[in-house]
Amino acid sequence: MFVYYLKLALRSLRRNVVLTVLMIAAIGVGIGASMTTVTIFRAMDADPVPEKSGQLFAPQIDNYGPTNKKVVAGDEEQLQDQITYTDAVNLMNAHAATRQAAMYVTALPVTPPNRDLQPFQAHTRATYKDFFQMFQVPFLYGGPWSASDDTDRASVVIISRGLNDRVFGGANSVGRTLNLDNHEYRVVGVLDRWRPLPRFYDLTTSKYGEGEELYIPFSRAIEAHMESWESSNCAGDVGAPGWDGYLHSECVWLQFWVELPTPADAARYRVFLNNYAAEQERSGRFHWPPRTRLRNVKEWLVHWHAVSDEVRILVLVAFSFLFVCLLNAMGLMLAKIMNRAGDIGVRRALGANRATIFGQCLMEAGVVGLAGGLLGLALTALGLAGVRLIVSESTARLTHLSLSDIAIALGLAVCATTLAGLYPTWRAAHVQPAWQLKAQ
Amino acid sequence: MLKMTHLSKAYRTEVVETYALRDFSINVREGEFVAVTGPSGSGKTTFLTIAGLLEEFTGGEYLLDGADVRGLNDNQRSKLRNEKIGFIFQAFNLIPDLNVYDNIEVPLRYRGLAAGERKRRIQDSLQRVGLSARMRHYPAELSGGQQQRVAIARALAGSPRLLLADEPTGNLDTQMARGVMELLEELHRDGATIVMVTHDPELAVRAQREVHIVDGQVVDLAAPSRRVSGVSAQL
Repeated sequence: MFVYYLKLALRSLRRNVVLTVLMIAAIGVGIGASMTTVTIFRAMDADPVPEKSGQLFAPQIDNYGPTNKKVVAGDEEQLQDQITYTDAVNLMNAHAATRQAAMYVTALPVTPPNRDLQPFQAHTRATYKDFFQMFQVPFLYGGPWSASDDTDRASVVIISRGLNDRVFGGANSVGRTLNLDNHEYRVVGVLDRWRPLPRFYDLTTSKYGEGEELYIPFSRAIEAHMESWESSNCAGDVGAPGWDGYLHSECVWLQFWVELPTPADAARYRVFLNNYAAEQERSGRFHWPPRTRLRNVKEWLVHWHAVSDEVRILVLVAFSFLFVCLLNAMGLMLAKIMNRAGDIGVRRALGANRATIFGQCLMEAGVVGLAGGLLGLALTALGLAGVRLIVSESTARLTHLSLSDIAIALGLAVCATTLAGLYPTWRAAHVQPAWQLKAQ
Repeated sequence: MLKMTHLSKAYRTEVVETYALRDFSINVREGEFVAVTGPSGSGKTTFLTIAGLLEEFTGGEYLLDGADVRGLNDNQRSKLRNEKIGFIFQAFNLIPDLNVYDNIEVPLRYRGLAAGERKRRIQDSLQRVGLSARMRHYPAELSGGQQQRVAIARALAGSPRLLLADEPTGNLDTQMARGVMELLEELHRDGATIVMVTHDPELAVRAQREVHIVDGQVVDLAAPSRRVSGVSAQL
């Protein structure tokens, strides 16, 4: 009967083309609007490291004190989002987590070995070797530098695939040297494509931006006085002049992440973090009781408002619009079905029971939903193309339709239209055949 | 085949109760051809829709092929209607977006017959009404008489025990009406039980028996086999 119902549904839709087109258009427009916003929302709200998001944590330590609170709406604790160099070094040296990495972004001038290429500036992340394993960064060639490279301030570099293509023509460049800021660095690894969205490990500049092109040991960057290219916040105390003064100031400018595989590990680290802050109080650095926080990736993204409230409101508005479109489609479907009450009466007279009529009309609603979903997908693609024209480049990269988005759009269209079709279908199933036949 | 005893049908609103049928009794035996006549609004069509299980009745008893139909649910009524009853309507009631073949197939689909069996029955019934060549035509491409023949073929395809015809020639000109009546008479001769509602006395006399309804009650049971030849000649 499924094929028979499908055949009847297609015939019925051809019978009144104008009504059919209106129904499909109503659903298509609703689906297009809602899917455009949902696609953006889903990309912004995605878990960037689904396998480890519950194991990666960003510690926060209050080094400003209660009189210097950073005012952040919705954050009662008002702790700083980055940490000081002093705290970063102390936490790294404590080795209290399975893996840990302090990090910051700087920029280095690159002089390509191929003299045909002009020197250029590349964003560089200074970090520790654990960064790569902790965040499951994929390598095309080579791998992370060693622990001794971290301690020895080694001149080693890991480059992005894009930079490898640009400078080394895509060849395996491991072992080759690269001139960075007039200093030779040995390439130890080439990253494969890696772009977690949102860029959870460093949300200070761009939540959805590209990763860096170069990665060098943190110790090497500090030794070379490479300044941070990101925000640096100081609570009054900007430290003594010069690089050492800055390093020992209370300015917060470093991101810090730890890997804690189990909830027990996380609980232990919380205690450790609190003890550390208490120790800082005892030593006279802090003049207030310990205030610390440990957030995992998801909590960190919520804390940073990775998905803006405007996007959430937009999704609500779009779904309200879809609801209105579905109401319209329901009205049109009702009109179409009531227009066919005579035929339904004949079918009932010929032996169709209510369930049969219900199934037949529901199939028609499903077909309309599918057609509306396909139109909606086309409109979503158009909508996303429109969004790309008006938003920043980094946000624009989010606006692509994945296979799951396509499945969601079609599923949503069919389910929503079928739901909207329930009332007209129920009315069709309860057509009184005797009245219809008497009326004729 | 069809037996109604003291049957009544009332339409109720908050303020008024109107009886379409009252104390209505009729017994149609197997193989009979009965004409049901009466003025407009007398209850003829209501009788037919109740007989065809398209409408519930208020009181009394209705036995169809010996089975009491009171209290049957929608599924049971639909199944009975599909298997035992064939309808022929005044307005033909063919589904416009289905061709002749597909129109006749509708009740067979609902019965769940296999494709081969459906095809055989459709071909047989179309042959019987003389429209085998019009199998792929749509209703709009047929004359009124041909459409009514298709409707009869649709009713016959299910091999019903009872044929219910509501003014089957009401929308046809004389020539076409004659053809349809001859077809019904032929079906009757082949053993079909037919109940035909008509307000036309000239058609009624061609039935074996005439039941006259006034104000929802049977007022006259006319004797069979009267006036047949005379009216036939007029048609």
